Amino acid sequence: MTIFQQIITIAMVVLATMITRFLPFVVFGGNRPTPKYIQYLGYALPGAVFGLLVVYSLKDVSLLSGSHGLPELIAIAVVVGLHLWKRQMLLSIAGGTICYMLLVQLIF
Amino acid sequence: MASDPKTEFKTQPESNQKIKKALKAAFPYTIPIFAGFWFLALTYGIYMHACGFSFWYPALMSLTIFAGSIEFVTVSMLMGPFDPLSAFLMTLMVNARHLFYGISMLDRYRTMGWKKLYLIFGMCDETFSINYTADIPEDVDRGWFMFFVTLLNHFYWFSGALVGGLFGSLIQFNTEGLEFVMVAMFVVIFMEQWLKEKQHISSLIGLALGAGCLAIFGASQFMIPAMVSILLVLTLLRKKITALECGPDLVINMDAADTDTEDDSALNAQRKADILQEEMP
Repeated sequence: MTIFQQIITIAMVVLATMITRFLPFVVFGGNRPTPKYIQYLGYALPGAVFGLLVVYSLKDVSLLSGSHGLPELIAIAVVVGLHLWKRQMLLSIAGGTICYMLLVQLIF
Repeated sequence: MASDPKTEFKTQPESNQKIKKALKAAFPYTIPIFAGFWFLALTYGIYMHACGFSFWYPALMSLTIFAGSIEFVTVSMLMGPFDPLSAFLMTLMVNARHLFYGISMLDRYRTMGWKKLYLIFGMCDETFSINYTADIPEDVDRGWFMFFVTLLNHFYWFSGALVGGLFGSLIQFNTEGLEFVMVAMFVVIFMEQWLKEKQHISSLIGLALGAGCLAIFGASQFMIPAMVSILLVLTLLRKKITALECGPDLVINMDAADTDTEDDSALNAQRKADILQEEMP
């Protein structure tokens, strides 16, 4: 690829990314009232999106081979336990991550 | 709704103190992202370096694209044959989830003035998650808070990619497992949403359909079917979820909307109440 072709390729990626981010605001922005269905999605979607993001962040974990997702399961349990106990975002995240690092570096 | 009514009367330029306060409130929320982004962006910079690209590539791509997973995909596109159309379509598919974020943020970003453009430009998974769930203190300016969350995350990603591209091959430290910081963050954000919401149908739908589609379609293909099926099921359950969301609390929330406290939830409740009335006359 020439440098010009590289710039075009990157520009296409930027353009498509910006379309996915700006489109809802362009279509439903301005002063017109947002359609009721879209308003409904605006408050019904986030729960599902956060659930989907949890799955997305774990998508490369293999349950059938390697450590069978065991270190992930244990570390998530630690995150959930810490968060229910103290509800300190940083503590839950740091605790779970350190636990996971120890598990994959020393045990699994 | 998102702007503080008290500040709207001010005619002088926004004070430094207000901006500093928002930065101070926003920074702690971004610390886990700093850890996660630095690790991922460093990896990304090292990866591009190893593929033979100058540090300019990861630096500029992280600044302009600012969407983690597609940037890794772009590296392989740059090494393949020139095909701008498939680069475009591939990106649309990988990043289609941003559409959901935009729909969820329509109202919150509406009143943000000049900041709105940057807030939307920088709305990656993590920035959206924080800006949607964070409990912004009453006395902190919401616009500046969300602006700094976006800016800090953008800066972490960019600086990590730059350093990775420049010095990546020199870094020696056993970081195995550090990438889990992102999983931990999404689990915590999911829990925060869970603890706040009145009904868990939507959250459970996201987990179940996400996991189901992952099992059926595999890691590289599951996002689009998952999103389509989530939309379908949420549409089918519209009446039920709307009723659960605002049914019993309707009267209380309508009262709250009358008081002058600046409150997202009161307005949201009123909005939901409108929808409910339209649905169930």
